[in-house]
Amino acid sequence: MGSRASTLLRDEELEEIKKETGFSHSQITRLYSRFTSLDKGENGTLSREDFQRIPELAINPLGDRIINAFFPEGEDQVNFRGFMRTLAHFRPIEDNEKSKDVNGPEPLNRRSNKLHFAFRLYDLDKDDKISRDELLQVLEKVDVEQKMSIRFLH
Amino acid sequence: MFLLLPFDSLIVNLLGISLTVLFTLLLVFIIVPAIFGVSFGIRKLYMKTLLKIFAWATLRMERGAKEKNHQLYKPYTNGIIAKDPTSLEEEIKEIRRSGSSKALDNTPEFELSDIFYFCRKGMETIMDDEVTKRFSAEELESWNLLSRTNYNFQYISLRLTVLWGLGVLIRYCFLLPLRIALAFTGISLLVVGTTVVGYLPNGRFKEFLSKHVHLMCYRICVRALTAIITYHDRKNRPRNGGICVANHTSPIDVIILASDGYYAMVGQVHGGLMGVIQRAMVKACPHVWFERSEVKDRHLVAKRLTEHVQDKSKLPILIFPEGTCINNTSVMMFKKGSFEIGATVYPVAIKYDPQFGDAFWNSSKYGMVTYLLRMMTSWAIVCSVWYLPPMTREKDEDAVQFANRVKSAIARQGGLVDLLWDGGLKREKVKDTFKEEQQKLYSKMIVGNHEDRSRS
Repeated sequence: MGSRASTLLRDEELEEIKKETGFSHSQITRLYSRFTSLDKGENGTLSREDFQRIPELAINPLGDRIINAFFPEGEDQVNFRGFMRTLAHFRPIEDNEKSKDVNGPEPLNRRSNKLHFAFRLYDLDKDDKISRDELLQVLEKVDVEQKMSIRFLH
Repeated sequence: MFLLLPFDSLIVNLLGISLTVLFTLLLVFIIVPAIFGVSFGIRKLYMKTLLKIFAWATLRMERGAKEKNHQLYKPYTNGIIAKDPTSLEEEIKEIRRSGSSKALDNTPEFELSDIFYFCRKGMETIMDDEVTKRFSAEELESWNLLSRTNYNFQYISLRLTVLWGLGVLIRYCFLLPLRIALAFTGISLLVVGTTVVGYLPNGRFKEFLSKHVHLMCYRICVRALTAIITYHDRKNRPRNGGICVANHTSPIDVIILASDGYYAMVGQVHGGLMGVIQRAMVKACPHVWFERSEVKDRHLVAKRLTEHVQDKSKLPILIFPEGTCINNTSVMMFKKGSFEIGATVYPVAIKYDPQFGDAFWNSSKYGMVTYLLRMMTSWAIVCSVWYLPPMTREKDEDAVQFANRVKSAIARQGGLVDLLWDGGLKREKVKDTFKEEQQKLYSKMIVGNHEDRSRS
């Protein structure tokens, strides 16, 4: 039988990703389907070429930098966990999350993490060359929560 | 060994009788109606029965999913995320407006927050883009008992598995041999028929015979695929001296259109079986076959097509301007070549119903033979064909605009998404010129036009 979304993603893995990223069950399944459709080599990981095959991303002036954000230092492949971890930055902040105090690990889609993500896009050589205080001062007034969030259907 | 002999001959006799019966049935119920263009309505009944079975199967799977407290994976046609159709300029202005405390004056400058726009846009395309999903088969809403379209294995009960097994048996052991026999008959009749007609002297009788030989063989091939086709607006069918243009999903498109009209084919010369068919067909009536080397020469191609079109005694040309197979959810860029010739264009929209068998040929995944086998082991190929009213190029329109106009008309009629992207992106990378366009748009915002600069 063919290899498709909900079959290759084990329940335990799905639960772990749910806890780590905050996506719902159906969102994770659909993003897994997207992940497998991008994975032309069918080896469970994405390479930079897999991303560059998306024409709308290739014409984005920041396309290469966005792709780099998925790959941790020195690596050339990203698995589904890493993929979801990066995408989680763009989950909208729900109201009940705002008031939660930080007992567990910081949710990836917090305002500070969103800002951190945008900052890393400027910091090409990853050595904090841009003065952080200045950058945050400028960005503080901007509606970060809304502009760095993507609306999910279901 | 002696004991086996009478038993052997009994088996041989049985085999012989069953083959004769099968062949007679084939002849009476399929081939003869095909020759005369008559239909018994067996296929429509088949379709209705299948639909009922599919609906039942999906209900069972939903029940199975509910028992495990999960949601059944259902592909939403709207996509994973909600996208706002605002332009680059509007979005960036909005970002700056919300962050800046000074009054909104249109002084063009750079803001660090501009990056949010590109970042989000890029992420959106990673999650759901318009182009890459057109090159793989469309996902179905409900399961059609084929293992190739199943996404929810763990929810299949025993009853469903049995039904699926039965389906496999019917498709591979009954339908497949039947279809192969029909296809073989159709193709051999085509080759033999057109060669015979080729020996006749040129004239009206030859044209008449050639048309009908072609038609008859295409009709047999249509039945070989169990294709259930609904034609709309047949009064708009292409006439001599025109070009028929359609959206491309699979090589079967040709058979579907040619079984309802007379066309001259255009294509590259192939070797093997295709080559034999091509050489036979061109003996009976003029088709336009190009050698591999000639295909690259656009002037030569245009010249030959123009010559063909200007001769009113020749049949209308059938062309697929997308240049490659797309998965029938959208129409991609039409190559302007056929729109420069200046002939009347007859647009045709073809929409398949993937429920009974997906006709899309994913040429990077399957070769031709695998593809045909998949077609012949599906339930059926169901499609609708709309003949749109003829269009001609207007005076102030260039070929590209005309091509886009025809493309929009086809997309609208078939309920497909109208895209400007090139179907060639299936295999090639996007050109850098498109990236430069985006950069130009943004730099206009930062730098401003010359007028703005002189003012400030």
